[in-house]
Amino acid sequence: MLDTERTLQIKAISGHPGSVPGSHAKREVEVAKYIDVTTCIGCKACEVACVEWNDHPFRETTFDNTYQTMPNTEWNYYNLIRFNEHQRDDGTLQWLMRKDQCMHCADPGCLRACPADGAIVQYTNGIVDFNQENCIGCQYCVSGCPFNIPKFNQATKKVYKCTLCSDRVGQGLEPACIKSCPTGCLHFGTKEEMKAMAEGRARQLREHSGFANAGVWDPPSIQGTHVIYVLHDITKPELYGGLPAEPHIPVVYTWWKFALKPLSLLTVFLGMFAVFFHYIFYGPKRAQPEPPVIEEESHVSRS
Amino acid sequence: MSAEVERLNERMHRATSRMGRTVVHAGELLRHSVYTRVVHWAVAIFFILALLSGFAIFTPWLYAWLAPLFGSGPRTRLLHPWFGLIFCAAFLLMLFNWLQPMNWNESDRRWLRRMREYATNEEKMEPEDVGKFNAGQKLWFRAIVVAAIVFLITGFIMWWPEIFGRVLMWISYFLHDVAALVMLGGFIIHIYEGTAQQPGTFRAMTRGTVTDRWAWTHHPAWYREVTGRDPRADYERAAQRQEERQRMLAAWEREQDARERQTESRPPGPA
Repeated sequence: MLDTERTLQIKAISGHPGSVPGSHAKREVEVAKYIDVTTCIGCKACEVACVEWNDHPFRETTFDNTYQTMPNTEWNYYNLIRFNEHQRDDGTLQWLMRKDQCMHCADPGCLRACPADGAIVQYTNGIVDFNQENCIGCQYCVSGCPFNIPKFNQATKKVYKCTLCSDRVGQGLEPACIKSCPTGCLHFGTKEEMKAMAEGRARQLREHSGFANAGVWDPPSIQGTHVIYVLHDITKPELYGGLPAEPHIPVVYTWWKFALKPLSLLTVFLGMFAVFFHYIFYGPKRAQPEPPVIEEESHVSRS
Repeated sequence: MSAEVERLNERMHRATSRMGRTVVHAGELLRHSVYTRVVHWAVAIFFILALLSGFAIFTPWLYAWLAPLFGSGPRTRLLHPWFGLIFCAAFLLMLFNWLQPMNWNESDRRWLRRMREYATNEEKMEPEDVGKFNAGQKLWFRAIVVAAIVFLITGFIMWWPEIFGRVLMWISYFLHDVAALVMLGGFIIHIYEGTAQQPGTFRAMTRGTVTDRWAWTHHPAWYREVTGRDPRADYERAAQRQEERQRMLAAWEREQDARERQTESRPPGPA
C-alpha cells in the first residue's frame, strides 16, 4: 500500500481486473496545478524544490546553449523549465518559459497502457501516481504517454515521474514546486478554482496586456488535465517546448487494449471450447482398421 | 546454404543419437529421431513458458495467476524475452531439420480442398498422397515461421524502448499480439490433434515410434516411403484379417455359449 492510499481515494488502477476498492467512498475534490507561464521568470526554484522534496541527487546535465537545465525530464528530475526563444512575426523576440512535468491527465495514457496490477493509480482528486513496487519495468507507459513524461531507471528497472506530491497533498499540503515559486506563477487548489483563476488571468492578458490570443490550456482531447497553463498564445502551444495542442493517447492503444486483447482471450476460450466439443461430437480419428462398429447413434434411436 | 544445413542436421542427429535412442518394436515405425524430439520439446517448452509469461503481461485477468509462476511481475517481464529468444533459436534448428518434409507440394493443395471432410472425420483414412506431414501441419509450420519472425523483430524493439522510440513501440505491441493470437489458435488445434483427436500420435514425440496402422491411416505416402509397401493393400489385409478374427471369435463365443447352456440344463446330481 502506498502511503498516499491511506489519505487519497483511488479512482482507477492499472492492469486491474474487477472493481476499484473504495472508489468514491469519500468525497474528494479534484485538485489542479495552475501554471501562469506569463509570470514565470525561469528561476528554477521549483526544480530545486522538487529535487529536494523527493530526495533526489543532483544529476549531470548537458549544456545546449539555453538556460534549460537538461534536454528532458529524467527519472530523478520530474520538473523542468523549458526555455524557448521565439521570434514573432514583427521580428521581436519572446522568451518563453514553461514548467514541464506530468500533466496528470483525466484519461491517462500511461494507465491505459500499463499491464501491471496497481503499478499506476489514479486518485479521485486527479493525481496519477506510479507505485514502483508494483512496476514490472516493461515501459509500456513510456510510449502510452502523450507528453513523453515517464522515465525509466536502468538501475532499478522501474519507471518514475512527477507524483504531484501526492504524499504532501494527502496531508493537506501543496506540492513542493508550488511552495517554492517566488513570483506566484504557480498555484494549487481545486480544479474548479484553478480553472476560474486561469480564465481570469487569460482575460486580463487579452484585455489589458495586448496578448489577444491568451488562453487556458486544459486539453479536452484527454478529458482535461490536472496541470493547466495560461499561455500568451493559446493557438500555438507547440512554441512552449512542444506542448501539444491536442494531445492524444496513441490510437493503437485503443485497438490493442479494447479490441485485440479481449479478442485474444475470446480466441483462447472459443478455441478450447471448440476442440472440446469437436471431441464430443466427432470423437477421435483412430488408426484403421478400428474395431467393428456395432451400433451408431442416429436421429431415430436415442439413448 | 542447403548443403550446410544438411551437414548441421547430420551433425546434430549424430550427436543426439549418442545420448539417446529410439527402440522400434515389431509393428512399429520410427517416426521422429531423438534429435527431432529434443528439438521439438525445446521449442514446445520454451513456447509454453513464453506463452504463460506473455499472457501474464498481456491481460490483467491472468496477471495475478500467471506472474507468480515466474516469481513476480518484474521477473516475468525479465524472463519473457529470454524464453522467446530460446524459442526462436530452437525453432530455427527445427526449421532446418524439417525443411525437406515440410515442402509444399501438389497433394497439399488437394488436402486443403477436403479439409472439411478431414475435420468432421468423414474420411477415416487420409488420401494416399499424404506424406510425412499433411497440409495442415505444413500450414502450422509456416504460421510459426512467420510468427517467430514477427515475435523476434517486435520483441527486440519492445526490449529496448529507449532506443527504438515511440512509434515503433506502438506498432510492435500490436503486431506482437496479433502474432500471439494466430499462434494461440494454431497451438490449441496442434495440441488437440496430437493428443485426444488422433490416438497414437503423442508417442511419436515421446518414444519416437508409431504403429504401422497409425502410419497407413494418417500418412499413407510416408508409410509407402519408409516401408516400400502399399499402404492401402496393407490396410485391406489387416482389415480382412480383423474381420476373419472377429468371425472366428464370434463362432468360438457361440460354441462356448452352447456348452454352458448344456451344463445348465442338466439336472443337478446328488450332493
